[in-house]
Amino acid sequence: MEFLASKADVSALFEAWQKDYDIYAPKLFVGGGRFSDTDVIRYARITSPDEIVWDKKSLYSFKEALIPPSETLFFYSGTNVTESDAPRPAIIFLRTCDMAAVARLDQIYEKNGAPDYYYDRKRKAMKFVVMPCKSTCEEGYCVSMGTNVPKGYDMAMDLAADGTYRIDAVDPAFSDLLNKIDENAAVDDKFHIPYVTENKVRVSIPRDLTIDVMKSHIWDEYNYRCIACGRCNYVCPTCTCFTMQDVSYDANGVLGERRRVQASCMVDGYTDVAGGASYRKKYGERMRFKALHKVYDFNQRFGYQMCVGCGRCTDVCPEYISFSRIINRLEEGMKEVRANGSN
Amino acid sequence: MAATNTYIPFPSKILEIIRHTKKEYTFRMEYPDALHKIRPGQFFEISMPKFGEAPISVSGIGDNSIDFTIRDVGVVTDEVFHYFEGKSLLIRGPYGNGFVYDDYNGSELIVVAGGTGVSPVRGVIDHYAHHPEDVDGITAIVGFKSPDDILFRDDLDYWKDHIDFRMTVDSAKGQPGYREGFVTAVVPELTPKDLNTTKAIVVGPPPMMRFTIMGLLKLGIPETNIWLSQERKMCCGLGKCGHCKIGDTYVCLDGPVFPYTKSKTMID
Repeated sequence: MEFLASKADVSALFEAWQKDYDIYAPKLFVGGGRFSDTDVIRYARITSPDEIVWDKKSLYSFKEALIPPSETLFFYSGTNVTESDAPRPAIIFLRTCDMAAVARLDQIYEKNGAPDYYYDRKRKAMKFVVMPCKSTCEEGYCVSMGTNVPKGYDMAMDLAADGTYRIDAVDPAFSDLLNKIDENAAVDDKFHIPYVTENKVRVSIPRDLTIDVMKSHIWDEYNYRCIACGRCNYVCPTCTCFTMQDVSYDANGVLGERRRVQASCMVDGYTDVAGGASYRKKYGERMRFKALHKVYDFNQRFGYQMCVGCGRCTDVCPEYISFSRIINRLEEGMKEVRANGSN
Repeated sequence: MAATNTYIPFPSKILEIIRHTKKEYTFRMEYPDALHKIRPGQFFEISMPKFGEAPISVSGIGDNSIDFTIRDVGVVTDEVFHYFEGKSLLIRGPYGNGFVYDDYNGSELIVVAGGTGVSPVRGVIDHYAHHPEDVDGITAIVGFKSPDDILFRDDLDYWKDHIDFRMTVDSAKGQPGYREGFVTAVVPELTPKDLNTTKAIVVGPPPMMRFTIMGLLKLGIPETNIWLSQERKMCCGLGKCGHCKIGDTYVCLDGPVFPYTKSKTMID
């Protein structure tokens, strides 16, 4: 159901929502950037629509609301275990590419093996509001990845230049709320939720891509360009990895809590095993592992590409490594290994 | 349907702690009807106080108990390890596929294991050592760094008497009675009756597995008759945490036991 809502309507909607939900959206943190005198846009709990940053992409993604950087699973006292409380149901404001990322998170947490209890309890109580993009961001390549058209949302909300909001409410409870707030807000005219049809960046994944591309020299430069900081993983809306971590409250480890914390396949220690072995010691190998997960082997396992083309990994990289360029070099890599193979 | 909380561990009583070396201990834990419920090669996530949770393979299966051989555990020292007996640890599992006896029953079987890699196959060797009629002969080759690093001495004694058992140590450190060298040196000496039907299991550090498999293939054992178990950092065991992923394969869900024909396509 479509609505043309005033600022007052949307403020009232936020008020009503907060009786049942926490609202998370991209917010500006002045001076919060990693360099001095820089700002950062990241996710936070908000209470009013004025806090939302509409015109720029957040550096960190919405995924922190679903898979927090650190999440307590349970508390233990000896062998007595008490499950952590479920957070309040949440409404997440997110971009079109991020909405596509939700499906990727679901794939791992709900459909790779049995459903994940902690993810599932948050996910089932979560609603998604898409903030459509009217123009492309600098580094995004959603059109190439086929993630540029908004799909699967509970509501889409677009802030127009005149300060009004165009809303497509799919969730009937949300339509009912809006109808109650302003009986004149509903509109008969179908309007299209905007989306980007062209990006500045385009990528092309070779159709004949195989794991043989690992033998290419395209990965070598990342041995020294990449510093294995893992920022690309932490900002990625589709990276799902975590590590178990116990936090002891006492000296002998009887009382404490178990958490899972975000992990990065680029950072040392990711593959360390008890026997002393570790895998992918070279940073170029880690880059290859990550890149092929995003545009090759996730697709092999699940039938669609993992990368949604948001470009955050490129935005955040302190070494100015462009992930879209890595994707576009796969063709060159395949040519190289094919040429070597035929020798 | 709501998901089940598979992260919550359950307490399992420590029945006995067996010390193998200065650093390695086997915890025998209570697990009802383990013999019918657990396969060798499967693993559990074990919570050790002050250490956290770690994936440990089942190193032995009793009627109502499972063994975990644990290395370098800070809390277990000579002084305190008896303190743990009778207490409980939190565990969750089993995870992974494990070794399936049907794959080996009726065939001649060669098991090659190195160091802590003996843990996941101990149950397999032990099973056939006690049921020799199920296979057409079994040879076990195990290797350790030195006599000080030997695990499962009681089992090794039993295997010596009941199956074709061979052991190597990288260095005997001057002690007599040990064969020095790698397990890979023993492989070419094997004379299986029928190469086409002989099955092999290889578990150990990556280079040991690579060279052992090269040796087995050179001997004439077909690729399709070789299995191995991959050690990776399974933080969750549930296909979520990502640490054990190799290409499109999740070792925790799809393994850790793989036919060599699959494993050779898995590139870290």
